Amino acid sequence: MIKRAALYKELFCSTFRLSAFTFGGGYVIVPLMRKRFVDELGWIDEEEMLDLISVSQSSPGPIAVNASLMLGYRMAGVPGALITAFGTVLPPLIIISVISFFYQQFRSNYYVNAVMLGMQAGVAAVICSVVLDMSRSVLAGRNLAAGLILAGVFTAVYFFKVNVFWVILICGCIGFFGVLDRCRKAGKGKEKDT
Amino acid sequence: MIYLQLFLSMFQIGLFSVGGGYVAIPLIQHQVVELHGWLSATEFTDIITIAEMTPGPIAINSATFVGIRVAGIPGALVATFGCVLPSCCIVLLLARLYYKYRSLNAMQRILSGLRPAVVGMIASAGLSILLLALFGGQLPSSFQQVNGPAVLIFAAALLGLRRFRLSPLRVMAGAGAAGLLLYPLLGL
Repeated sequence: MIKRAALYKELFCSTFRLSAFTFGGGYVIVPLMRKRFVDELGWIDEEEMLDLISVSQSSPGPIAVNASLMLGYRMAGVPGALITAFGTVLPPLIIISVISFFYQQFRSNYYVNAVMLGMQAGVAAVICSVVLDMSRSVLAGRNLAAGLILAGVFTAVYFFKVNVFWVILICGCIGFFGVLDRCRKAGKGKEKDT
Repeated sequence: MIYLQLFLSMFQIGLFSVGGGYVAIPLIQHQVVELHGWLSATEFTDIITIAEMTPGPIAINSATFVGIRVAGIPGALVATFGCVLPSCCIVLLLARLYYKYRSLNAMQRILSGLRPAVVGMIASAGLSILLLALFGGQLPSSFQQVNGPAVLIFAAALLGLRRFRLSPLRVMAGAGAAGLLLYPLLGL
């Protein structure tokens, strides 16, 4: 019972803190969640983290909320999911409620802008760093097919603005029909060697 | 009555915004500006700007803002609840399916195709943020467009993350503090 309460508290506090720092769009939650739940707490591994993001991407709503729901469900079922969703929604709810009373001053304040510009550069570094780490783990064992998917999706989304829905559908099919299978086995063998 | 309208409106936004924040903006605009006239076009632009300056998903930020404008704090609560309810239901269903079937061979194969795709999508978002932070959005055509302090902060942050394994939260707080110091100091 006490253990359960401690888990709920950790889920709430972690997601609350992470959500308070997700400046600059949904994907910023990925490096933050990865650091907290993969590196620090060790609750999930890298592959599961990527799976959580895939599922979050495939369902409607903000990625940050969806990923928190997935994680909460994984750790403590439906109550856990509700707690993490609450923890994720609360910081923006509080911050916007406060700011809405003087938002014009806030928007045009010089010092607020200076902090935001600095944070933007910080966010860029955080995202670049997680992309480096995640590509390394996805491409481990020199999996050619995985590398092609990574590069192809990047090109399609960045340059051609292809909708996420098609990306998920097509890459899911590529995986399902086993294009990666042989490379994957070869990759796993190599990983064990090193 | 206004609460029900707010709830239904935000519920639709939550339900149809598949694939991240920027899909949600036109949906929100349609509901809030065109359909119900809760915000003027200028106010809507303001809220998008503020949503980008504050943490949290754009959909949640604008739901809260609209709710407060239209019906005070209870309005904000109702609007935000409406916005996340579709996510809660659908994600919980998918979470159940994922944890039930993820060890199946077919599911493993699908996921093995999706994992590199997710990294590709994050990389694409990362490049957009990088260009925005360092050059104001596009590749620079002249030296003037390079945001000097931002490049400095970016380099320091990357060093902190990679070399000293600092936590991203600390790095971001530090980057904000550095911005507050550098920009006024250089008179930008």
